[in-house]
Amino acid sequence: MDTAATPHSNYLTDGYGLKSWLLTRDHKRIGLLYLVSVSAFFVLGAVFAGLIRLELMTPAGDLVESDVYNKMFTMHGVTMVFFFLIPAIPAVLGNFLVPLMIGAKDLAFPRLNLLSWYVYTLGGVFTLWALVNGGVDTGWTFYTPYSSAFSNSHVALVVVGIFINGFSSILTGLNFIVTIHKLRAPGMTWFRLPLFIWAHYATALIMVLGTPVIAITLVMVAAERLLHLGIFDPKLGGDPVLFQHLFWFYSHPAVYIMILPAMGVMSELVAAFSRKRIFGYEVVAMSSLAIAVVGFLVWGHHMFVSSQSVYAAMAFSLLSFVVAIPSAIKVFNWSATLYKGSISFDSPMVYVFGFIGLFLIGGLTGLFLAALAVDVHVHDTYFVVAHFHYIMVGGTIMMYLGGLHYWWPKIFGKLYHEGLARVSAVVIFIGFNLTFFPQFIVGYLGMPRRYHAYPPEFQLWNILSSAGAVILAVGYAMPTFYLLYSLVKGKPAPANPWGAKGLEWETSSPPPTQNFESTPAVSEPYNYAK
Amino acid sequence: MAGAHATQHPRLQHHFDNLDQQFEASALGMWLFLVTEILFFGGLFAVYTIYRLMYPMAFAEASHELDVVLGGVNTAVLIGSSLTMAMAVWAAQLGTRGKQLLFLALTIALGLAFLGIKAVEYSHKFEHGLVPGPSFRFEAAHDPGHSQLFFSLYFVMTGLHALHMIVGIGVMAVLFVMAFKGRFTRAYHTPVEVSGLYWHFVDIVWIFLFPLLYLIDRHGPVVH
Amino acid sequence: MAPQVDALYFFLVALTAFFTLLISGLVVYFAIRYRRRSADETGVPIHGNLKLEITWTVIPFVIVLFIFGWSAKLFYTMARPPAETLDVYVVGKQWMWKFQHPDGHAEVNELHVPVGTSVKLTMTSQDVIHNVYIPDFRVKADVLPGRYTHLWFKATTPGRYRLFCAEYCGTDHSGMGGWVVVMERAEYQQWLAGGAGQGTMAQTGEKLFKDLACVTCHKEDTTGRGPTLIGLYGKAVTLDTGDAVEADEAYLRESIVNPRARMVTGFQPIMPTFQGLVSEEGLLQLIEYIKTLKAEPSNATGKK
Repeated sequence: MDTAATPHSNYLTDGYGLKSWLLTRDHKRIGLLYLVSVSAFFVLGAVFAGLIRLELMTPAGDLVESDVYNKMFTMHGVTMVFFFLIPAIPAVLGNFLVPLMIGAKDLAFPRLNLLSWYVYTLGGVFTLWALVNGGVDTGWTFYTPYSSAFSNSHVALVVVGIFINGFSSILTGLNFIVTIHKLRAPGMTWFRLPLFIWAHYATALIMVLGTPVIAITLVMVAAERLLHLGIFDPKLGGDPVLFQHLFWFYSHPAVYIMILPAMGVMSELVAAFSRKRIFGYEVVAMSSLAIAVVGFLVWGHHMFVSSQSVYAAMAFSLLSFVVAIPSAIKVFNWSATLYKGSISFDSPMVYVFGFIGLFLIGGLTGLFLAALAVDVHVHDTYFVVAHFHYIMVGGTIMMYLGGLHYWWPKIFGKLYHEGLARVSAVVIFIGFNLTFFPQFIVGYLGMPRRYHAYPPEFQLWNILSSAGAVILAVGYAMPTFYLLYSLVKGKPAPANPWGAKGLEWETSSPPPTQNFESTPAVSEPYNYAK
Repeated sequence: MAGAHATQHPRLQHHFDNLDQQFEASALGMWLFLVTEILFFGGLFAVYTIYRLMYPMAFAEASHELDVVLGGVNTAVLIGSSLTMAMAVWAAQLGTRGKQLLFLALTIALGLAFLGIKAVEYSHKFEHGLVPGPSFRFEAAHDPGHSQLFFSLYFVMTGLHALHMIVGIGVMAVLFVMAFKGRFTRAYHTPVEVSGLYWHFVDIVWIFLFPLLYLIDRHGPVVH
Repeated sequence: MAPQVDALYFFLVALTAFFTLLISGLVVYFAIRYRRRSADETGVPIHGNLKLEITWTVIPFVIVLFIFGWSAKLFYTMARPPAETLDVYVVGKQWMWKFQHPDGHAEVNELHVPVGTSVKLTMTSQDVIHNVYIPDFRVKADVLPGRYTHLWFKATTPGRYRLFCAEYCGTDHSGMGGWVVVMERAEYQQWLAGGAGQGTMAQTGEKLFKDLACVTCHKEDTTGRGPTLIGLYGKAVTLDTGDAVEADEAYLRESIVNPRARMVTGFQPIMPTFQGLVSEEGLLQLIEYIKTLKAEPSNATGKK
């Protein structure tokens, strides 16, 4: 099981120089290209977040002008949602691991994979260009008619950037679906696939079906803005609420693009660090698909107070409650897996425990928002901000980091400092809760979101939140250092440092370019029992 | 994985086991891409449907400004081009280079004809002030406040379709060059099959666009 | 209504706390009880348990159905104002609120209402989407351009309550706040008596009606080029398409800014549009005036 790093060449040493990276077709190298890009955007988004929290320490809008603040929260949302959260796990870990986990040599379309990274980068360039030229102040949701007819900022530029970036998502999703259908190793039946693959398959379905809708919606907003077309402008006969329907038709499933891969990572980590198969494997697999499907039917819950009909609101509310059930089922199954497991507390597992607590709170507060009468009160307040940060940061980012740690030895062939890693995970957990839990409270008390200045009675909660943000920043900075340090000074990693099951652990760390020296033998997944 | 590389088809990529698997993957990939295109155009069709249900009179009157004859001719042109495309795929499957070139050329010609007629239609719209924006001047008898919506959708939907046609013609040109070089044989003709799927899809989008945009309430006079 | 919303809210808080503690507690217990004790120890392979899966699917499903039912019922009441309400008209614009009382009082950013009375806000925007949010009353509704939206509340305690704009609307979104001042009845009467400084909305609307020459075509009988407006408000109107619509505020507003959208049967399509010629406040005043046009020749002050 444990083999020392061999002197054979691996994908990292197979070709040096910029060209060998920028023109690579190797899914593993492309995953690393994405790692660099998404990390850069994360830092950018985090800087905006830091400035926001700094401003919100005092009730008065005294750090920056209102226009600047509005641009900051917009750019925070745009960079984090489109350029970090949506691609992070699928494009970094998914790209690297999907072929390995199914015993394939690469994704179905390697050149398309490289193209999708270039498309992502091009989209990023447009967005950064808009940022440098003064930014956008519409909120990441671009509601009309403010975005299409009133804002004086670079709406068209950013919208084009997001449009282009959307194709990166579509191409990745397309690649995953074809790969999973056509390139499984002999003996790898659907119900022998790791749950990470099921999760990414479900995610890919959403990417392929949902992203085109926001693409065309953004085309319409840009057209309205540049050509004065009047599709959403009431003065020209249009309906501004129609934009919201089209926007949320994608953007709600988008949040499942963000969480499903994290749930896939969760399944892998829970199995590996309890050394047993996931309880209810088939149910967890089917839950991923159920979330993807039902997730397309709930978009109206973002619009309960938008003048939607009462009956439409009720339908969306009911479906929003239904979509919560498969997520709950997964949490129960992961917890049940721990029963009679052999549980270790390695750093990825610390992230797992953090995820359970934070996802529980994030998910359950979703019920508040699905409940019509309560949503009327907390819609567009910090309650919503807290809810989605619990899921996206407490959920997705925890699992992104957990997965990054778990597979780091495989990807780079190096071991990082375990002690520092565990401490960072705990610091992140503490910092996160201090940052976002007060936001539930201040939201219930009535503080609206996207507010540059606020009434003084809300200040205490804002100070607590900003203090938490400092701790959270420290928690995020730590892995940056010890992970990068491991690349230079880390001990060489064996093929299977965790003693885990899965085809990716059957090959060397790092893997050879063609992934496996010979076609791997496939058996039941997670077969830990001796 | 050591195979008999000497007998491996030059077009077989390293991560596929055989040409059949590679073709199936390519075809599935193209079908999935077409699904994304359905959703892409679907957003516009959804907007069209909603506004037409809300403002039927405005849409009917605006639709009558479109040239049914030119639109009908274009429909025939596109259907013809799908026929020639299907013939090109057939020729590719048989490996007959001459026919491949003929049918690809015909498809390109018909595609260009479509775009030419479209350009004529667009210029008419400009002349008559039917382009949304500051110079829009269509005064419908019924519900003028919402006629501009129809024309906005007309231009975005047919414009997006035309863009897809241009890309399609570009792809056909590339296929023509590849066919000229004798790349398509009985064993390998994936690019033609897969591009054929794309071309048929663009044709089908027009089959929907034509009646929805050109044929509103044409069966009788506008209801008063 | 606010205490009822809170009841549901705190039930959900309790539910969240319960399940969070239950499951985290269980996880912590399992983590300790089943911690790895030797280097190559593995877990017991348990495939699953269908009964357990069904149980923990059905129970949450029943719980969420219960929450749904409770919140939907409450929401329905919130969405349906009572028949008798004190109507106030609201026009939101970047970045302020204009409140018009039917009796003529016009307020900016501050709304005076009497305690214990159901108040209905009819709202529209002059520019982008805004939102009226009164946290203490647990009410919120978007304010849209080109459309009227509504919310209603009944204040139970006098006091000053914050009002926020809760839909991002540009530069001074966070500055677009105000107050709802709830007064004892006697105080409110005094405030009303203080004088609006202008005529009632209906009177101002009547003046607009004359200034814009509406009376040229809309006469008190059926001899005009346009339909008579007497008794129009709330009536069912037959359109030239054969459909019937209710002549509510939305229909009246549309008929002024886009007259040929829905035309009354039997009339020529000759009414010009008044879009851009009348402000949103003006439209509301005209509508208030039209509401007062009853079958009798003289107009009352039109309090419904």
